[in-house]
Amino acid sequence: METVTLTMKNQPDLYLEADNITPDAFAGKKVEEIADLHVYVGREQHRLGEFFEVSGRAGATPETTKIVINGDLSRVKYIGMKMTGGEIVVNSDLDMYVGAWMQGGRITVNGNVDSFAGTGMKGGELIINGNAGNYLGAAYRGDWRGMSGGKIIVSGNAGSDIGTFMTGGEIIIGGDVDVHVATHAEGGRIVIKGNAKSRLGGQMVEGEIYVFGTIDLMMPGFAYRQDVDIDMDGIKGRFALYEGDLGERHRKRKGQTIYGKIYQLIEA
Amino acid sequence: MSRTVTDVICPFCGTLCDDIEVVVSDDGRKLHEVYNACAIGAEKFLHSQAKDRITRPRMRQDDGSWKEITYDEAIDYTARILVNAKKPLMYGWSSTNCEAQAIGSEIGEVVGAVVDNTATVCHGTSLIAVQDIGIPSCTLGEVKNRADRILFWGCNPAHAHPRHMSRYSIFPRGFFTGKGHTARKVIVVDPRPTDTANVADIHLQVEQGRDYELFDAFRVAFKGEQLPDFVAGIPKEKIYEAAEMLKSGRFVIIFFGMGVTQSLGKNHNIDAAIAVTRDLNEYTKAAIMPMRGHYNVTGSGQVWGWLFGFPYAVDLSRGFARYNPGETTANDLLRRDEVDAVLVIASDPGAHFPFSSVRKIYELPSVAIDPHETPTTEVCKVHVPVAFVGVEVGGCAYRMDNVPIETRKVVEPPDGMMTDEEFLRRVLERIKELQGV
Ligand code: SF4
Repeated sequence: METVTLTMKNQPDLYLEADNITPDAFAGKKVEEIADLHVYVGREQHRLGEFFEVSGRAGATPETTKIVINGDLSRVKYIGMKMTGGEIVVNSDLDMYVGAWMQGGRITVNGNVDSFAGTGMKGGELIINGNAGNYLGAAYRGDWRGMSGGKIIVSGNAGSDIGTFMTGGEIIIGGDVDVHVATHAEGGRIVIKGNAKSRLGGQMVEGEIYVFGTIDLMMPGFAYRQDVDIDMDGIKGRFALYEGDLGERHRKRKGQTIYGKIYQLIEA
Repeated sequence: MSRTVTDVICPFCGTLCDDIEVVVSDDGRKLHEVYNACAIGAEKFLHSQAKDRITRPRMRQDDGSWKEITYDEAIDYTARILVNAKKPLMYGWSSTNCEAQAIGSEIGEVVGAVVDNTATVCHGTSLIAVQDIGIPSCTLGEVKNRADRILFWGCNPAHAHPRHMSRYSIFPRGFFTGKGHTARKVIVVDPRPTDTANVADIHLQVEQGRDYELFDAFRVAFKGEQLPDFVAGIPKEKIYEAAEMLKSGRFVIIFFGMGVTQSLGKNHNIDAAIAVTRDLNEYTKAAIMPMRGHYNVTGSGQVWGWLFGFPYAVDLSRGFARYNPGETTANDLLRRDEVDAVLVIASDPGAHFPFSSVRKIYELPSVAIDPHETPTTEVCKVHVPVAFVGVEVGGCAYRMDNVPIETRKVVEPPDGMMTDEEFLRRVLERIKELQGV
């Protein structure tokens, strides 16, 4: 693995759209070529090198390219967008759309991220050592196919609307979450180690939500079924199982109606 | 002497009443009286006759006072702030005609602006939901002629759309609704006992911010599944009863307003409301319609819909249209310092945006295009007064049910005043000069 290091040296007047900061765009390029890649501030196109010091070297392929980014990136959007492989490590807070539509590889953010992280994610790993904003791992506006694969791990809290229209993959939140979790979900798994507020699984067709802490208010469309013991993938204990959303349409498999499932921890 | 102009369109609310009569002077320069309109609609017409009306553009001086400038100077200022900005915001558009909106869209494209309309603080959330799950809707004519189950959710037409109930929803006798209100059942869902709730057969006094849960409960009830004893503060028996009342109708119409579009859940509430409508179509005919506020906010969404593919919050900065409420919406852009110049037209964010956003407008190069003196004109650097659309100039507007209606000119504007359309056209010309294209 070869490493390219970016260090932010100039802040943008507005926000920087840096969808070219991916192992895919960097692979096979020299440092000068990387500095020549486009970034945008509003309608103006700039060179990446105007905002970042670029050093190190890129691998021949995305898979063999690692990007380490230092400095204050709290006004930078779209890092790691659509990446297919390799690695990005960001030592800063980040603005919106980190790892949006990513397909492979790994992004580690040592800081907080704003909204729309992991939008429409298909594969790979997005690790956030901090808090995440709203719409984590959600579908892009108007798309009914949300996150379909990969894994998002947030050590802190997350905002509202996580996993909207999710069809697969996994989101693990270390802390608490805001309202609307897995709305319209048709698959996938969300694990909340802290507390949840309300509107979990609204209009949910299929998929699983695990909550280790409290739930302020259960949707009326979720009915308690039974207590179950679980021990898998770090999820261990006795859980109360709720099924729903009873108001929503559901598929049948082998004559059985398949519901969305909410598991709430009763005892570890 | 005076004469009466009939079949005039009221340019105030989304009901867009088309039966107004206006008495004007023979020379067409004075408007004397307005008939058939409700109080707020009549006020809009009469406002054009105000003695202290501002008829020339003004620029704010360093000491805070206004200095009168020419339209040419205002055009130059507007063109320059848009050309010099990296990402200008062009906001408003809801109280002007589609012709002006179309030119504004072209300016937005040329300068790489974000264009947003008042839906952003109103029914934008409805538009998100429509994009997510579609919408079974209808026209107000169908409501008048067919609907026998009327559900008002989070809206109060008695005050916000005063003639809506008499012209379309509750009282009129239509083709299949010859008995008028006596054959209609009305349900109102509102946390407050409003004047609309007073005429309802059932008033569900939902707990504030629990609409999403109540919509879900309706869906559970339609399917005959079990509900908890209370949902959103309402006993389950009452929910089953209301659900039955809806199912038993021949034609159900659900009207909803800002009580659900801007309370907790926002687009999710509407998403669930549309799902309720869809479910009802398993049993009877049902449609749903947003109670749009400004008379042509719907038209603004139409114009951008056909030009850019999105109805509001369209970011054109990169040369193609992007749309993501939460990022490209006016308040988010202002709050996050994402824009560096502001043009406001045909709306009043100064009165309706949070103070933090209004302060950002105050700090940026800004121009307000508005016939009135408003809280917005107070914080902008330049105020461009224009003719009243629908009173002093005609043009196309879209009613809340997406029916286009041509508004009419009934009186002359004060001498030398420009219309929105003329002003924007000149700004576009000036921008092209400055850009050298
Ligand atoms: S209901 Fe609306 S459109 Fe009709 S007269 Fe009143 S303000 Fe005008």
